[in-house]
Amino acid sequence: MAAPHVAFDLEIPSDVEYIEGIVELARQRCRELNLPSATCSLNVPVALSEALSNAILRGNEAVGGKHVRVRAIVTDAALVFEIVDEGPGFDLDKCTADCTTDDNITKEEGRGLFLMRRLVDEVESFRDHGNVVRLTLRRE
Amino acid sequence: MSFSIKKQGQVAVVDVEGQLIVGNRQELKQKVLDELEKGEKKFLIDFSQTGYIDSSGLGVLVSLSKKIREQGGELRLANLNDDLQTLFELTKLDTLFQISDTRERALESF
Repeated sequence: MAAPHVAFDLEIPSDVEYIEGIVELARQRCRELNLPSATCSLNVPVALSEALSNAILRGNEAVGGKHVRVRAIVTDAALVFEIVDEGPGFDLDKCTADCTTDDNITKEEGRGLFLMRRLVDEVESFRDHGNVVRLTLRRE
Repeated sequence: MSFSIKKQGQVAVVDVEGQLIVGNRQELKQKVLDELEKGEKKFLIDFSQTGYIDSSGLGVLVSLSKKIREQGGELRLANLNDDLQTLFELTKLDTLFQISDTRERALESF
């Protein structure tokens, strides 16, 4: 079994303008790993975009001068993204709103975490030198 | 990424090139609202040149749909690729919007 390796490890200013570039980098790594087409074009781009925008807009509260760190780690079994912001973190278990209900479907907000959970195999949140959101996609 | 709006008959057709995400959703929203203010009522957003859409982009579509309906107009969508179709199905937004396979079919449906 090969040792895990870091595909990239970057720190970006806390600004949504940086999201597209990071997502494109992640897509390139997915293609290099020969992951399924939809993983490269849908699951990773959308889930990572959601995690980054949450980190910038909610974790760091869109405050200038803050940063977000994003790491991609590849193992034989999985592709893992860790997104670290400077916020206090949040309890994932309390964020269970279903954006598909009749009450919620016409709301503008509230689809981010829902999409992350459906597009990757595991979403975790914990503290480790900042608030970390970890997205895990298992490699079949 | 860019948005362009062209009139085809009575319909204002919006092309979304690239991504529709948190960084550019306001630009799309403002362009459509400007047209709505000028009196346009029928809108079609064509996604044939679109990469991916995040939750903010989906939210803007929901918001625009509401605002256009409030003014007595209609917003329809066309040319979702397989990924975008999956996204709309996951969020059940495929039940909220009238979606056509092609621009032509969408234009005929108004």
